[in-house]
Amino acid sequence: MQKNRAVLQGTHFLSGDLACAEGALAAGCEFFGGYPITPATEIAERMAKRLPEIGGVYLQMEDEIASIAAVIGASFAGKKAMTATSGPGFSLMQENIGLAVMTEAPLVIVNIMRGGPSTGQPTMPSQQDVMQARWGSHGDYEIIALAPSSVQEMFDLTIESFNLAETYRVPVMLLADATIGHMWERVKIPPQEEIPLSWRKKPEVAPAKYKPFKPDENLVPPMACFGEGYRFHATGLTHNEEGAPATVSSEAQDRLVRRLCNKIRRNTKEIMKIEEIMLDDAEIVVLAYGITSRAALSAVRMVRKEGIKAGLLRLVTIWPFPTELVTQIAKKSRAIVVPEMNCGQLVREVERAAKTTPVLLLSKLGEEPHRPSEISSALRKAIK
Amino acid sequence: MKKSNILQNHPFAKYLRQDRMPHIWCAGCGNGILINSFINALDELSIDLDKVVVVSGIGCIGRAAGYINVDSFHTTHGRAIAFATGVKLANPELKVVVISGDGDLFAIGGNHFIHAARRNVDIKVICANNFTYGMTGGQYSPTTPLESWTTTTPYGSIEHPFNLVHLAAASGAIYVARWTTLQVRRLKNSIKKSLQKEGFSFIEVISPCPTIYDRYNKLGTATDVMRLFKQISQVQHGYDPSKAVITKNQIMVGEFMDIEKPSYGRLLREMTIRVQEKLKGEESK
Ligand SMILES: Cc1ncc(C[n+]2csc(CCOP(=O)(O)OP(=O)(O)O)c2C)c(N)n1
Ligand code: SF4
Repeated sequence: MQKNRAVLQGTHFLSGDLACAEGALAAGCEFFGGYPITPATEIAERMAKRLPEIGGVYLQMEDEIASIAAVIGASFAGKKAMTATSGPGFSLMQENIGLAVMTEAPLVIVNIMRGGPSTGQPTMPSQQDVMQARWGSHGDYEIIALAPSSVQEMFDLTIESFNLAETYRVPVMLLADATIGHMWERVKIPPQEEIPLSWRKKPEVAPAKYKPFKPDENLVPPMACFGEGYRFHATGLTHNEEGAPATVSSEAQDRLVRRLCNKIRRNTKEIMKIEEIMLDDAEIVVLAYGITSRAALSAVRMVRKEGIKAGLLRLVTIWPFPTELVTQIAKKSRAIVVPEMNCGQLVREVERAAKTTPVLLLSKLGEEPHRPSEISSALRKAIK
Repeated sequence: MKKSNILQNHPFAKYLRQDRMPHIWCAGCGNGILINSFINALDELSIDLDKVVVVSGIGCIGRAAGYINVDSFHTTHGRAIAFATGVKLANPELKVVVISGDGDLFAIGGNHFIHAARRNVDIKVICANNFTYGMTGGQYSPTTPLESWTTTTPYGSIEHPFNLVHLAAASGAIYVARWTTLQVRRLKNSIKKSLQKEGFSFIEVISPCPTIYDRYNKLGTATDVMRLFKQISQVQHGYDPSKAVITKNQIMVGEFMDIEKPSYGRLLREMTIRVQEKLKGEESK
């Protein structure tokens, strides 16, 4: 299945956006549907140049609603497909994100977060779409979202996003921010054969026996694609395992929606990626994700030198949220500090998980991510 | 005969998902005639059904995708064409057909329609135009004629409707036709033609909605509406689409546009080959 995809080799100096595009190509992405928006435009531009080189399709649609619709279409036509956007475009995509969840379309949505609400601050970073990523479309569902903290991770986690999308038949979100998207760093690309890639499970039954939404043990249904002779139907309506609409059956609604949630909830351990740094003896913990986790690490190191037992829990996967793990860590710590570039979004999940352990939000809006000194003084205060 | 026997013995049984019957459409609805013409066209062309994809939006006619026994997808309201564009470009082998309503394709989905036509993406759009939003109970749509009664124009419509064939032609479609559900043979022939052409084609099917629109506007039974279609349709090929405005007394039907122009897919393939050859040349230097 895997062809030579002209993946970049060796070490390169790249921006986060460019690394994301190269990561997508390394993951086997052959279709990009998008609409230009700062600070994600460079991903589209790179894909417009690179995709024809590998025989793939770059498609600039009329808006983000169309972009995600085309990406779902390409996914059902058998291609690994993606889109990239920022706040306003992400808002426009929400209805069809629900469609991708409901029809179990593997695809990747990159959101290079900028300041909102509305047009907000196009070139400034934020982490203001964390909750929109989680609950933005109507209805009840679970989602996977990853938060890169470096240009290297823009490459690595784009590949990881495709792998998760293919494994669980879900839209996966890569939530970066304007700083990471535009920052330039060194990226080491491993030899192509050392990059593990996942592909959607194919049906093993004859077309007449195929039920497009009948799950395997891991709750994920094998996926036929258009043109392969299975002649299946998919719909955004609540449906049964055959794909037939079941719009008034409580049983069908309960079965389908719970499975869609459970295929992520029950596989959380396999999906979850976190980094535990100096947590063994930590009395005070910083929980951070994305760009802010870099300043958080410096701050932890700084206060350690002063004898404060601080540690860092860095979430690479922010959705599904590692509730159990945070509960365990909270039990052993005196407080959890959560730096976020919003007015407090993921902190709500932390509070829920931390139970009685105090949780301190370090909220910041605007131009700059947190400085290490801001986080270290919060740590000093919290330990007093 | 039992329902299952009737279905199994029907000459077109293989084209329908029998487990999805009975369909949701009202007696006398034009949607059945549209599907019948489409299936007839597939049958006469002996197209490989494994390579046909039918995409619909939301609405009464939006259920079409679920009934036709090929790969099919029922998208969100208005997004069928954008979805279909992704399908066609990701797998150019497939024949991609969009079957949807006037509200779905031209209100919420209007932007996708004009842009797909402009790009000349090789998809075939068939619109069931019943002049209303049937599924939601008969509100006005972008094709509702001036002065018509709908549940949201209780004093008569004061909006000017689209002339869909003009819109399609002006946006760049290479094949544009309009028929009523009365001219089934011609409709079928148009569908066949569009399936054989490469590029964006648009077929408008004027379709009765006896339960809602026709009743509200006192047009009589489904048979009365067919009689009306007979009286007021005027067949003329090559007619200027900008003049083919539908009025109370006249529905111009026929082929309005039938030209050749490179499709988006073709231009994309040609560009890809150029890029790859240049790349090879650079590598061997
Ligand atoms: C985003 C969104 N808005 C509104 C609706 C409600 N809705 C469902 S069908 C429909 C109109 C369909 O009209 P048309 O395309 O003309 O098809 P018909 O039902 O007449 O066949 C509307 C407004 C929806 N499903 N989604
Ligand atoms: S409401 Fe009108 S368009 Fe809808 S199924 Fe009934 S007759 Fe057809």
